[in-house]
Amino acid sequence: MASPDDLKFQEFDEATDLLLADPGASTLSMSGSSRTAPAGATGDIKLDMSDDEGQEESSELLRGEKQTSGFWTFEYYQSFFNVDTMQVLDRVKGSVMPLPGRNFIKHTLQSSPDLYGPFWICVTLVFSLAISGNLSTLLNSLRSPHYHYRPQFHRVTIAAVVIFLYAWLVPLGVWGFLTWRQREERQQSGYSFLETVCVYGYSLFIYIPTSVLWILPFEWLRWLLILVAMVISGSVLVLTFWPVVRDDTKVTAFATVATIVVLHALLSIGCKMYFFQTATRTPVPTLAPNHTAAILTNKTH
Amino acid sequence: MAEVDELSKPMFAGLSDVSISGDIPVEGEINVPVGTPSHDDEYSTLDEPVKDTILRDLKAVGKKFVHVMYPKKSSTLLRDWDLWGPLLLCVTLALMLQGGSVDSKEDGGPQFAEVFVIIWFGSVIITLNSKLLGGTISFFQSLCVLGYCIMPLTVAMVVCRLVLLGGSGMVSFIVRLIVVTASFSWSTFASTAFLADSQPSNRKALVVYPVFLFYFVIGWMILTFSPSA
Repeated sequence: MASPDDLKFQEFDEATDLLLADPGASTLSMSGSSRTAPAGATGDIKLDMSDDEGQEESSELLRGEKQTSGFWTFEYYQSFFNVDTMQVLDRVKGSVMPLPGRNFIKHTLQSSPDLYGPFWICVTLVFSLAISGNLSTLLNSLRSPHYHYRPQFHRVTIAAVVIFLYAWLVPLGVWGFLTWRQREERQQSGYSFLETVCVYGYSLFIYIPTSVLWILPFEWLRWLLILVAMVISGSVLVLTFWPVVRDDTKVTAFATVATIVVLHALLSIGCKMYFFQTATRTPVPTLAPNHTAAILTNKTH
Repeated sequence: MAEVDELSKPMFAGLSDVSISGDIPVEGEINVPVGTPSHDDEYSTLDEPVKDTILRDLKAVGKKFVHVMYPKKSSTLLRDWDLWGPLLLCVTLALMLQGGSVDSKEDGGPQFAEVFVIIWFGSVIITLNSKLLGGTISFFQSLCVLGYCIMPLTVAMVVCRLVLLGGSGMVSFIVRLIVVTASFSWSTFASTAFLADSQPSNRKALVVYPVFLFYFVIGWMILTFSPSA
């Protein structure tokens, strides 16, 4: 007579002890002895799973491994934004002042890449290109008396597509190629995809002040600025990728580095030519769409 | 019966010695009735006239507008968030930015959809950014704050349109520049006052910069608005 009652009582004790130990745990509704409503239990169960994942993640971090929470959880993406203001400023400084022997990834990033820098640098670059291009068109056309100012807002869309494609597809290609070579040749470990994206993102930072300075309508100044920006950001990229490819065959190594530099140059020259047109042509508004179409077809050749 | 009394006496005597110490967590909610008990209208808003319902929401929106104009450290904007105000401001701004350069699709100002997308997408991205950096503000609270702080820029848009009615020369450009710059700084300052508190102190600048960029782009769209000739 007392034994089923005793068993029931002990179950309840265990449950209270467990609840005291971990107040956030879920409580399943068993027949009659629980206090939680079934709807609440399903909600609690969902919370419990993410709590478990969080606990697993923190205990694994304590063990010194990288996090393994799935890509569908919020914590996975939060780990890419684990930077402070000073760290971001240091990384930007490291991208503007490349010193020989200083690998950007190993030295400045210290192998903890972030996504904050690349993303917001790309967004800022998109808007600075579009706004500066608009201002330079305005300056060009001030001489013509019949000029009617046009905001040219479609340039924002074009700039966004170009910059984001460059900042994500080119690192994907470079990383894929390097990983494939590394597997074939059994070399030292290459960089992860995120580190490649990070290097490319921070290397684009130098183009923000360059695009602002491109407003000044001097052709020689614009080409000089392109040269300076190319040297700085190109050397950041070369210094980063050279140690990985130098163990490869000479041809592959040089070809890889040359491709990286050429793509970077194409981006800057293409942006300069599309967004900042020279003042030699007479700016008549009706010709503007045809001219931009001509520039686009020239670029594709 | 006597046996039951004998059994029950020690139990009750023991119970009188029981005291609950402070650090045993007790689950459940304690509802203390606050204020007047006559909250019947909460449950019967179906019966009130429609005018009352609309006016109540409008009053809440209007109160938040006042909080944006005088950004003190009050938490009304955060506690009772709503998205009516941001929607109203966004639609007004997009409609007013639309009226220019209708002669050609290319080289024109932003279309209605572009303004709408920039404002809402931009707010969502800034909110995600602040949450990913470890902010404690909730998603919709942040959307609410960012949307309400567009109000100075909407006021600037109205002023710019009025100034443009009087001509579009250099003087009007300088006036518009001053108005837009002032309202853009006001917007950034107001939203920073609400948002920056929810971030750890070594990441405040990382959260404020996208807000600055967001209002800068909106200010640029307002400043470069030119009516069709």
